[in-house]
Amino acid sequence: MKTKAAKRRAAAPRRPAKLWQLRLYVMDQTSKSEAAFTNLKTFCETHLKGRYRIKVIDLVKQPHLAKGDQILAIPTVVRRLPQPMRTIIGNLSDTARLLVGLDLRAAN
Amino acid sequence: MKKSGPGRVKNNGHKSAALAVQLPKCPTGIQGLDEITGGGLPRGRPTLVCGSAGCGKTLLAAEFLMRGAVQFDEPGVLMAFEETEAELKANVASLGFNLDRLVRRKKIVIDYVHIERSEVQESGEYDLEGLFVRLGHAIDSIGAKRVVLDTLEVLFASLPNEAILRNELRRLFRWLKNKGVTAVITAERGRESLTRHGLEEYVSDCVILLDHRVSDQIATRHLRVVKYRGALHGTNEFPFLIGEEGISVQPITSLSLNHQVSNERIATGVPRLDAMLGGRGFFRGSSILLTGTAGTGKTIISSNFAQAAARRGERVLFFSFEESPNQIMRNMHSIGLRLEPLVKRGLLRFHSARPSLCGLEMHLATMFKEIATFKPHVVIVDPITSLMDLGTVSEGKGMVTRLIDFLKAGQVTSLFTSLTQGGHALQQSEGGMSSLMDAWLLLQDFEGNGERNRVLYVLKARGMKHSNQVREFLISDHGIDVVDAYIGASGVLTGSARMAQNSLEKAAVLAGQQEAARLKREVERKRMAIERQISGLRADYESESAELRRIADQVGISTRMLTTERTASGILRQADTKVAAGPRVRAGRNGRGY
Repeated sequence: MKTKAAKRRAAAPRRPAKLWQLRLYVMDQTSKSEAAFTNLKTFCETHLKGRYRIKVIDLVKQPHLAKGDQILAIPTVVRRLPQPMRTIIGNLSDTARLLVGLDLRAAN
Repeated sequence: MKKSGPGRVKNNGHKSAALAVQLPKCPTGIQGLDEITGGGLPRGRPTLVCGSAGCGKTLLAAEFLMRGAVQFDEPGVLMAFEETEAELKANVASLGFNLDRLVRRKKIVIDYVHIERSEVQESGEYDLEGLFVRLGHAIDSIGAKRVVLDTLEVLFASLPNEAILRNELRRLFRWLKNKGVTAVITAERGRESLTRHGLEEYVSDCVILLDHRVSDQIATRHLRVVKYRGALHGTNEFPFLIGEEGISVQPITSLSLNHQVSNERIATGVPRLDAMLGGRGFFRGSSILLTGTAGTGKTIISSNFAQAAARRGERVLFFSFEESPNQIMRNMHSIGLRLEPLVKRGLLRFHSARPSLCGLEMHLATMFKEIATFKPHVVIVDPITSLMDLGTVSEGKGMVTRLIDFLKAGQVTSLFTSLTQGGHALQQSEGGMSSLMDAWLLLQDFEGNGERNRVLYVLKARGMKHSNQVREFLISDHGIDVVDAYIGASGVLTGSARMAQNSLEKAAVLAGQQEAARLKREVERKRMAIERQISGLRADYESESAELRRIADQVGISTRMLTTERTASGILRQADTKVAAGPRVRAGRNGRGY
């Protein structure tokens, strides 16, 4: 964890300049998927306003995309940028864990 | 599923019709496994393959998939949780499968699932629908009938919420069943349960346990069908091998006794031995055991048999576990057996290996492979006992049973030599093996008179009239010869004792001949003596009769002279006596016997 913290500190000054690319993998319109999208949107508006882009991928329509990002669980959020890639699974109801997962805790 | 129906029935054509109504099965194509499971894995259901590290789970699963794609035209999906696609391709390449080509021809889809716990953060509820989607997509993309999940338990390490995971796994297995795919799921062996995370509770149809054990420094893999719902299956532990052509399970108990038999007889190469076996040698396709202590000539008889068969134009495969091919050829040359030309003509092939090179199973698999490629008419194993020593008695017997059954199925005549340790009763020490053999020749040493001689007899020969005689067998520069041994009051006479007996008999004959000659001479002598006597007597008679004649003549002459004188004197006296003198003269002449 120390190394992670070190990385975070090192990356911190450059982060605001970067655009966040997030991918949300969902299945059709299940309650979990809808909840995840709502939660993610709210979260990003709070913490990353103006510098994020969310791409929602519906695996029912595009099942071949699941392999690329190693998707197992639904819903899953993948932080494509900034590097390194991060993966958070669940309906994102736990904001604290989402912060940790997206490496944003230091920013707060 | 319907498509597979006839295939399965064909596979089990020799089994009873009762099996036909059983669960539909999905042939694995893995040598032996289909026999144990009575046709394959349960079709359309998941099968759990569990075992500890390095016992061949992944290979078994991969082979199931690849054979399905190649042999049964059933495409498959391999979802790998541990190894990447490249690693898997390299691994199965050693089994002779070109996974890359199968993937390119859309026969197999490999999906490497990688999930690192440190990179995944959990936030709120989730399910494993993504896994289902991936699997479903892979299955649908090639119309897969088979699925392998290797090793699903990695998920337990990657995903933090075990409750969700277990729920999802249960759903996964149900989903797989609904999909109608035959699935193989591999899992690590647990300490007290079959699998580390208790996966067996989700898979209830078929569980196969693999095991890798080391005994006497030789490792052997074993396979056991722990559970197979709704089907008869072999419950024993079966040794299996990972060879160059994949996994081969060698079932012992699935062997059935229904070989074709031949009435053809084949000569042994020793005419006198053929004579002992009803005059025509062994049956083709029979199994022959040749036992004897060290140095009784087992290899020589085997080589003779090999030469005789090869000269008939048959292919002979000679497994030697004690001598190298060159050594055998050199040694046999010394007794006038020339094997090199037969080897050059491709009729005789040697396979030499040290018994300790590998385990019993590996030897057996190698032998099976050699036999399958060379397709011999005659197989010689010299000596089988070195192999049997590698395992326990039952393992050894199992091995021989399998070998004999394999050979008999192909009507291959087999000759096994067996080295008996001194001091054991010969018949007892081979008890484990002899019941499997059709014919049993026993070679034995006879010690006595400061020498050691070899004898041979037929202990059993199923289905043929055979000699009950003990014969002495001689090895000379010109090969081997079987001669009559003398049976004396003190037992069998061999070697110099036999020679002594021979001389004794010869002397007796000579004495008889001499006696007869003497008698003949005696008779001749007597005849000569009698003849001499006869001629002496005749000579006497001749001389006497000559004397008599002389006397008679004299008498006659003197009578005539008297008469003449009387006549003369009568003339002189002028006497008239003429009438009286006439008859007297005439009577004298008559007496001489005209």
